[in-house]
Amino acid sequence: MARKLPKKDVVIIGLGWTGSIIANELTDEGLDVIAIERGPWRDAPTEYPPNYVQDELRYRIRHELFLRPEQTTFTFRNKMDQTALPIRSWGAFMPPNGVGGGGVHWNAETWRFLPSDFVVKTHLTQRYGAAFLPEGMTIQDWGVTYDELEPHYDAFEYLCGTSGTAGNLRGQIQEGGNPFEGPRSRPYPNPAQAQPFSYTLFAQAARELGYKPFPQPSGNMSKAYTNPLGIRLGPCTYCGFCEWFGCGNYSKASPQTTILPVLIRKSNFAVRDNSEVTRINTDRSGKRATGVTFVDTSGEEWEQPADLVILSAFTVFNVQLLLLSKIGQPYDPVANSGVIGRNFTHQTISDALGFFDNKKFNFNPFIASGSIGMCIDEFNGDNFDHGPHGFVGGGYMGQVQTNGRPIQTTPVPPGTPKWGAAWKTAVRDNYLSTVKPGTGVHGSFYSYRDIYLDLDPTYRDRFGRPLMRMTVDFHDNEIKQNAFLTDRFAEIIKAMGAREVSKEYRKAPYDITDYQTTHVCGGAIMGADPTTSAINRYLQSWDVPNLFVMGASAFPQNPGYNPTGTVCALAYWSAAAIRNQYLKNPGPLVDA
Amino acid sequence: MILRFLQWERFLVIAMRFSRRDLLAGTALALLGGLPGRAAVIRDHLPWEPNAGNPPVPAKPGPWLFFTGPEGRAVEAMADRIIPPDPDTPGGKDSGCAVYIDRQMAGPYGRKEGLYNSPPFLMGTKQQGSQSEAGPAQKYREGLAALDRYCRSNYAGKAFAELSDSDKDGVLSGLENDSVKLEGADGKTFFEQTIKDVKEGFFADPIYGGNRDMVAWRMIGYPGARYNYLDWVNRHNERFPLPPVSIAGRVDWTPKSR
Repeated sequence: MARKLPKKDVVIIGLGWTGSIIANELTDEGLDVIAIERGPWRDAPTEYPPNYVQDELRYRIRHELFLRPEQTTFTFRNKMDQTALPIRSWGAFMPPNGVGGGGVHWNAETWRFLPSDFVVKTHLTQRYGAAFLPEGMTIQDWGVTYDELEPHYDAFEYLCGTSGTAGNLRGQIQEGGNPFEGPRSRPYPNPAQAQPFSYTLFAQAARELGYKPFPQPSGNMSKAYTNPLGIRLGPCTYCGFCEWFGCGNYSKASPQTTILPVLIRKSNFAVRDNSEVTRINTDRSGKRATGVTFVDTSGEEWEQPADLVILSAFTVFNVQLLLLSKIGQPYDPVANSGVIGRNFTHQTISDALGFFDNKKFNFNPFIASGSIGMCIDEFNGDNFDHGPHGFVGGGYMGQVQTNGRPIQTTPVPPGTPKWGAAWKTAVRDNYLSTVKPGTGVHGSFYSYRDIYLDLDPTYRDRFGRPLMRMTVDFHDNEIKQNAFLTDRFAEIIKAMGAREVSKEYRKAPYDITDYQTTHVCGGAIMGADPTTSAINRYLQSWDVPNLFVMGASAFPQNPGYNPTGTVCALAYWSAAAIRNQYLKNPGPLVDA
Repeated sequence: MILRFLQWERFLVIAMRFSRRDLLAGTALALLGGLPGRAAVIRDHLPWEPNAGNPPVPAKPGPWLFFTGPEGRAVEAMADRIIPPDPDTPGGKDSGCAVYIDRQMAGPYGRKEGLYNSPPFLMGTKQQGSQSEAGPAQKYREGLAALDRYCRSNYAGKAFAELSDSDKDGVLSGLENDSVKLEGADGKTFFEQTIKDVKEGFFADPIYGGNRDMVAWRMIGYPGARYNYLDWVNRHNERFPLPPVSIAGRVDWTPKSR
């Protein structure tokens, strides 16, 4: 029997980016807020200080800062007629764990989605006709527009000190920025990061091919910055240990470096770490959340009652908690009914490596940051005419190489043996003169009827709860998109002066062992219609109005950008709705 | 080469001193990966204490911790064919790759600690990832025993380490292309794992037992565990001039006479 704690105004499940943002907003409103976090407290001095964080084996290969699969994992299959098997060791994406969530280990690429991304179904249908969309594709509009989110994108970028070059200031296209982006109300808070040799070479080649390259928007500081909460970040030192690592230098925007030092000092805020929420409790009607149940490290079960519940765990765990708490109708792909688990997506990425003459080119690939790089956006969203190509969606592409860490980044030309003297020589001769962008092509992953989440019938976590089952594969649309984008990307790498270009297309079937970004999205999506979405345009549960669900689980499909900018803009948007509307009159903010 | 080894021993002593000091000062043992900390309520201030930290644990010199003598010799011989020595850079054996693998197998990685290990263990597709119940340590034990049986029965009773270089390469190529079949182990998978681990040891920080004297980093021009390239971001197409440095520093950072 769970022991009952004193009631709070708000309980937050998971203290990552969105949990921290919402906690800060709601404590400003005077509410008494408790956050419950599954993992440990994390901060630079204890877990990733600059005297030993530069350890590729420990942090990158052995996954030091991530959830341990023994604590909980997922099962995976490509097709509905297969038996899903557990992910025993992480591969395709990396679930975070601990205070700061994915904000600790992210690269800090801080993109905005295109205005058309938010109305993609309407936009594509109007431009190409409904028959242009492949059968089984279940994309839909978000229920919120770019213009509505713009002030909240702005708030997040100024919180983070994002480094970048504006491409569209209040409708005026700006030289050197992304001309395709939606209008922004003011410039980035920081100038773009400096760009080492290979990145400037990419930009030059792209310009010569007629594209408009621009610096990737970066949460790594181009210079010292003091954010609106008064928290200071230091300039990034381009150490090349950013993504997969925590920043020991206070140079990467994270909850630790932008919010938590202020939040934790508020008398109306506290966090319980190493405590896993196992259930959102509802009253007998099932229409009202009464709080949460969690388990601490000694196995003790506690109940934390609250008036308002914020679910802000990692995408897949949001969906799992909804299903285990029996909130919302589970998605059934056969009957095509229900919403929880619907429209699960990931990202469609690929790369093209450029091998250069080592007598003429020295790139020093170890000088980099997590979100450094020069990109083009000509092939993202619907920035180009899809009519002749027979697919929808797209992505940005660029030289966005984050490191030269040698266990992972010692590329050799195609055809080199995997071992022996020839391999050793090739490694030596190519290390400094090869461009390996990593996620050079960062494409969209649209939603389909047969790609979804549900509870696994066999495998269980340490509490005996069913694991989440992921059914994921690539559809032809994404494979076609990726082939087209990878070819365009390789042309630019070739134009940089590469002696040899190696294209690494994304291919089906989807492989759970192959890292493809941590941008898993959907499963508890937002929308205008409760029969096809789990939450309304304010991220409020259609079924339980005192429950709000943050995070990328709200994405109806995944556009061709990194998600965090939009995830956090949505958190600010939702927080504003709670502060300005919900608290005055608690109840549904949109009539079902 | 002899000088290199003397330097390596001194380096490890430095590394151990570094770690011991920091571990004694550290109070955040509960934050060690894999060991869950105690649940706590945090409020009012950042829960930070001076000298709290969780520095890496360096591999110690000395005898094999996991391998038997013959197993160790076989892994050294494999490492030296995967990364053969050349006049400029030692091979897998002298750079410590087998020591690296030995220490990894004796530690949490070898035991599969932290991974999801609940049954049933069913065969799946390649895309579903390894579903093996055995951890890396057990697979090395089985793979090395199977390799030994194969070599002794096909090469006049000789162990792998006793074969000529061309015979060694013949066996390894056979494992790679699946023409050499081992009894009691999947030879192809075993060799792929060994290649991966040997390279990992070669390129990881030397505190883990491989990459002795940072030979792999010197070979490719990687400056190691540095933290600030601000002065170099805008210096395009110039070779970075400084030598590599490990997490534990570098031998010549410590005065020779003490």
